[in-house]
Amino acid sequence: MVEFNLPANSRVGVGKTVNAAQGAKRAKTFRIYRWNPDDGQNPRVDTFIVDLDKFGPMILDAIIYIKNNLDSTLTFRRSCREGICGSCAMNIDGTNTLACLKAIEDIPGDVGIYPLPHMPVVKDLVPDLKHIYAQLASIKPWLQSQSPAPPDRERLQSPEDRAKLDGLYECILCFCCSTSCPSYWWNGDRYLGPSILLQAYRWIVDSRDEMTGERLDNLEDPFRLYRCHTIMNCTKACPKGLNPAKAIAEIKKLMVARR
Amino acid sequence: MSTHNRNTLRTPLALARGLGSAKHGTDHWWHQRLTALALIPLTLWFVIAVIIHLGADYVEMVEWLRSPYSAAMMILFVAVGFHHAAAGMQVVLEDYVHNEFAKIASIIVTKFVLYALAAICIVSVLKLTFGV
Repeated sequence: MVEFNLPANSRVGVGKTVNAAQGAKRAKTFRIYRWNPDDGQNPRVDTFIVDLDKFGPMILDAIIYIKNNLDSTLTFRRSCREGICGSCAMNIDGTNTLACLKAIEDIPGDVGIYPLPHMPVVKDLVPDLKHIYAQLASIKPWLQSQSPAPPDRERLQSPEDRAKLDGLYECILCFCCSTSCPSYWWNGDRYLGPSILLQAYRWIVDSRDEMTGERLDNLEDPFRLYRCHTIMNCTKACPKGLNPAKAIAEIKKLMVARR
Repeated sequence: MSTHNRNTLRTPLALARGLGSAKHGTDHWWHQRLTALALIPLTLWFVIAVIIHLGADYVEMVEWLRSPYSAAMMILFVAVGFHHAAAGMQVVLEDYVHNEFAKIASIIVTKFVLYALAAICIVSVLKLTFGV
């Protein structure tokens, strides 16, 4: 059954407070989840009070500032700092989003930062993505066809068919959607979740792909696909403004169409 | 996500693929939608019928339910309603009960109870209709 309490060794305690905002005109408080697998301690929430005039406008700027100046052990993923790599996905102010695209000024009051919900934590804000990457591999996210490609050119696609990929190809696999989905929380071992199903639909709807039936076969399962109950947290969370819930609904329509 | 397989030597891909696709689930999902759709007029009919017969005595109720139209609608309402309930409860139990034995046992018991209730309701309507 669903557990309403965290296990004893996962309960979050109160950590240290670092005040680096003496004399600041614009002070802001960040409360950041910390957990170190090596020290045997429970997770804790550290408090950093910082001067907003010392770094850029985004959440990512703030945590890079904290790591560089206040606590070098603070651990998180980041790379492109412009919302295209998907590395810095985390739970900010109660919503899964990208730290690099979330403006600090959009958050009233203190800023709470946690790792993506309901994933195993590697350290601090770094979730373990092994399983969800394996789920991505399981849907074979690449073009599959039996007809060989034309020897002298690329595989052609009409502008109309290409337009069907809009709203799908933009997904950067940050997994903000999947980790906001209660169905994925409870049954993520078998349910593929919104991000992987959106990727699956991206190849199902691609006019150049010839394995549509096999792809649908692979998804037709009470757990892999039908754990989606149209909760819509995925669409609300997506920092790229995509609609995974619609992609899943389109897959379900195709399942009915081929009955 | 469930983490019961974290300490295993199997590869992540082997765990993600698991036992493969069950190749079903669409009928269950589709029937749940169809029964939901059917229940809109059936429930409206039932509620309106109850309101119309507020204050009616037993004889008047039996007389009303004996008409082929009322009896057929009532049997449809009961059959579709319990079928929808059974399908919905199965999904809820699959969502939240993670012990495999408890899950299968609770689904079986729920379905037995709901279909037994449906049978009792339908036989009751037939009994009234045919006046036995």
